[in-house]
Amino acid sequence: MDKLSFYGTEISSRLLLGTAQYPSPQVLAEAVRASGAEIVTVSLRRESGRLREGQDFWGLIQGLGCKVLPNTAGCHSVQEAVTTAQMAREVFGTPWVKLEVIGDADTLQPDVFGLVEAAKILSDDGFQVFPYTTADLVAAEKLLEAGCQVLMPWGAPIGTGMGLNDVYALRSLRAHFPDVPLVVDAGIGRPSHAAEAMELGYDAILLNTAVSKAGDPVGMARAFGKAIEAGREGFLAVPIEPRDMAAPSTPVFGRATFG
Amino acid sequence: MRVVVVGAGVAGLVTAIHLAERGASVEVLERGARLGESACAWAAGGMIAPWCEAETGEEEAARLGPEALDWWPRQIDEVAVEGTLVVASRRDQAELSRFSRRTDHFEWADAARVAELEPDLAGRFERALFFPEEAHVDPRAALPALQRRFEALGGRIRLGAAANPDDIDADAVVDCRGFGARDALKELRGVRGEMVLLRTDEVSLKRPVRLLHPRIALYVIPRADHVFMIGATAIESASRAKISARSAVELINGAYALHSAFGEAEVVETCAEVRPSFPDNLPRVVRDGRVVRVNGLYRNGFLLSPTFGRLAADAVFELEKSSEADRQRLAS
Repeated sequence: MDKLSFYGTEISSRLLLGTAQYPSPQVLAEAVRASGAEIVTVSLRRESGRLREGQDFWGLIQGLGCKVLPNTAGCHSVQEAVTTAQMAREVFGTPWVKLEVIGDADTLQPDVFGLVEAAKILSDDGFQVFPYTTADLVAAEKLLEAGCQVLMPWGAPIGTGMGLNDVYALRSLRAHFPDVPLVVDAGIGRPSHAAEAMELGYDAILLNTAVSKAGDPVGMARAFGKAIEAGREGFLAVPIEPRDMAAPSTPVFGRATFG
Repeated sequence: MRVVVVGAGVAGLVTAIHLAERGASVEVLERGARLGESACAWAAGGMIAPWCEAETGEEEAARLGPEALDWWPRQIDEVAVEGTLVVASRRDQAELSRFSRRTDHFEWADAARVAELEPDLAGRFERALFFPEEAHVDPRAALPALQRRFEALGGRIRLGAAANPDDIDADAVVDCRGFGARDALKELRGVRGEMVLLRTDEVSLKRPVRLLHPRIALYVIPRADHVFMIGATAIESASRAKISARSAVELINGAYALHSAFGEAEVVETCAEVRPSFPDNLPRVVRDGRVVRVNGLYRNGFLLSPTFGRLAADAVFELEKSSEADRQRLAS
């Protein structure tokens, strides 16, 4: 069996699903089931974290039977991200955290400098950090030095659904870090985008909007589950090289001739 | 038949009117000392917008909404049928297309039509969706109007009367306590909503305007006296703490994006309330012995209470029929 492991935890499904913006918690639960995802991400608003009054929704998330990967969505500074991560650890009882430090409000682009700093603080504090980063090789190297054992580069800006904006950079990141679990996080719009990333050799896909805002979130979740499996199997089966000239798929010689 | 309704929010008052219209002797008990004081409806938008609501995947809203459009104007005068205008900033045009794909009963409006509908928005939006059949009320006018209507039907409201529906002696009890009924309805959760009231005489609008945005569903609803309600957040939390700075910034920013004059408006009030919601975000009528519970109206109190109030009244009269049958069985 083709297993994936994050910080020593083995995972069968290569789809990580976000839990925001679904029409209702019930649709969310059905989408998670249909996708086959084993890990769901959940964001924590600091105000509700402090007041302990978001418990109903968090209870619901925990009731999905998935591993929870809390995230620091919407944090624009190292301090905010660290505080949110600490709160999430307390609420969900997990050392895992998807670390987001946003550097630009329009593109929601990661602030890689803040990200590395926060990753170091959190790793030193015993967190197992899943950093949401760009496809930059040097930033990736620094994140690994800071203690990260997973990298999550963007495909395109969050929520845009544009797919893989820079295939070259993603390919190059994969080639540089053959042994680090790599997850494409953000920008995925369609199942084909996810399959494409998997065919590049990425280990998993994290997405949210593409499912939660789809016309039929449950159907789309199922489609993504299949596309990601197909992409992974395609990668493992080693695709053929493209070539310029046609090559007949049936042998030309030895054909029966009539007349 | 003597029925007690607990809770004088929109669900309670609408259900009470249904019951009174069908001949029950109805009393409403409300824990608040003043009508609306502890009802989340007081902070609501008051939109009766079945087709706009259908966009969020709540097809029930579109299916059941027309009943509300019929019910409200028959009960109270404070209903404005001016439609809804849906706009998006230039960078969020994809949201407008998405919205249009997921609903109906609208017409596309170009810049000239937008200017005709809302002169103060002239030149600001090249495209919009107009839903001409939708209506809105000001909850702070609608709840007192419902009270008057209910009293005209012979009903009685007692304010400052907190009560546990399970302890009340009556032929039937309708539990309309909203999130207060959480002890009896385990699946109920709170979804926090925040809003801001702004006052400016530099802008006037005839109808609710929704500004599409990838993150928040923002609307601006005109009220009397140059007041505008800007709503609303939807946060998975049962906290009634005051509005957060972030939410205030986002809501006021949204209003400012709609019309820059909102930047100079007076902040009249901010408000945070908790919407009672079930996991599918749809309301339910649950029977529990003599107690009928109507709950989970989520964001759709004004839109769905006419239907669910009617269903609750059905359940109450079913109760009467079955207890009558019981009596006859015992007598024979």
